[in-house]
Amino acid sequence: MAVEPDLKIELGKQGVFVTTLNELYNWGRRNSVWPMQFGLACCAIEMIATTMARYDLARFGAEVFRPSPRQADLMIISGTVTKKMAPQVVRLYNQMAEPRYVIAMGACAISGGPFKQGYNVLKGIDRYIPVDVHIPGCPPRPEALIHAFMTLQKKIEAQPLTGDARPRHLDANAQGEFPVPVPAAHDLEPPVNRLVWPLPATAANTGESA
Amino acid sequence: MKSTEQVLAELQSAFPGAGVTLLVNPSPSAQHSLLLAAADALPVAAYLRDQLGYDYCSNVTGVDWLDKETIEKVKTTRTVAKQVDGVELSVEETVEETVKRVEPGYLEAVYHLYSMKHGPSDPHPPLVLRMRTANRTDSVELPSLTPVWRSAEFQEREIFDLYGIVFKGHRDLRRLLMWDEFEDHPMRRDYVDPDDYEYEPTPHDEVLKRAELHSAQAPQEAAR
Repeated sequence: MAVEPDLKIELGKQGVFVTTLNELYNWGRRNSVWPMQFGLACCAIEMIATTMARYDLARFGAEVFRPSPRQADLMIISGTVTKKMAPQVVRLYNQMAEPRYVIAMGACAISGGPFKQGYNVLKGIDRYIPVDVHIPGCPPRPEALIHAFMTLQKKIEAQPLTGDARPRHLDANAQGEFPVPVPAAHDLEPPVNRLVWPLPATAANTGESA
Repeated sequence: MKSTEQVLAELQSAFPGAGVTLLVNPSPSAQHSLLLAAADALPVAAYLRDQLGYDYCSNVTGVDWLDKETIEKVKTTRTVAKQVDGVELSVEETVEETVKRVEPGYLEAVYHLYSMKHGPSDPHPPLVLRMRTANRTDSVELPSLTPVWRSAEFQEREIFDLYGIVFKGHRDLRRLLMWDEFEDHPMRRDYVDPDDYEYEPTPHDEVLKRAELHSAQAPQEAAR
């Protein structure tokens, strides 16, 4: 239950600070999202630029890039995910502790991008792990990554602590481990995790004419 | 300054009877290449490095040549028994026949050589070597030139990975780019990629065909 903004301001004028546990908890979480320090391709260069003085991701509480999945809250998929790399990416995601979030950065990470019809590139990392924010671009500018980060902060802020929409780490029954694809003779096996990526409805697969 | 023809002449005098032939490039660049027979390739390569100064192999790549089918119309003359004015005669007749010929395909490895030893005072133009396998299916072996040029090691592994040429004498022939369990050779012309065309939001050309084929083959998935 949120405090009404007008009432909050009015009370603030009187020197009374009112908040809810939910708000306080999410305020703390959204302002200390520590990304994992790993880059996959050219988008990583933009990600590095975002953390440097000119763009300064530290303003959003995300200055600490942790080199271990155990200490990270956010996975920025910065670049092309090849089919050879995908199992390692999923394994790293599995090793992260909840609460954890994923930003898929750039055309390759969200769909395969220019390499989509290649033999070695995954058609989007969202086929294996749940992605919270997708950023298009090739590569996205640092501003775009900051925008994605702010979008993620808004998402964290809006998460209720109870009910069906609560984050995974507060749901004991939530799926915590995602199956790591196995490299097989012709493709990764399985090629997609349907629980994470149900087939999106398109004109072609719903049988309607375009 | 040595042209590829001069290199060929030197090789032929050093290795009489060795399988070295000139492949002429008819384009304006005229960058001809030498085709080495697989059996004689190693001593010829060592001679190129030690005697002719080609000490740097900058690039190794593969080419997949499919079976080439040529259809030709040939005029043949043969004697045919014919009835002319009620009399049995043997008449020469010219018949046009269509002849189909299939040149078997092969896999090719191409090596680009430079000379670091010979500087600007005696420049050696880059030299292109080629080797061809017997066919594309079961006889795909070539001698590895890694013992001669160490820089060929990873690139021969890459060719093995993507084209499936098996380099005999390579010290560590494993897949380089694809995973070890992978069985195909994706740069071959007849490679068919896995059918993961279930979701193509902006299909076009080849992708559109594959997406339509996929939805035609998997109606149960479309119903879901």
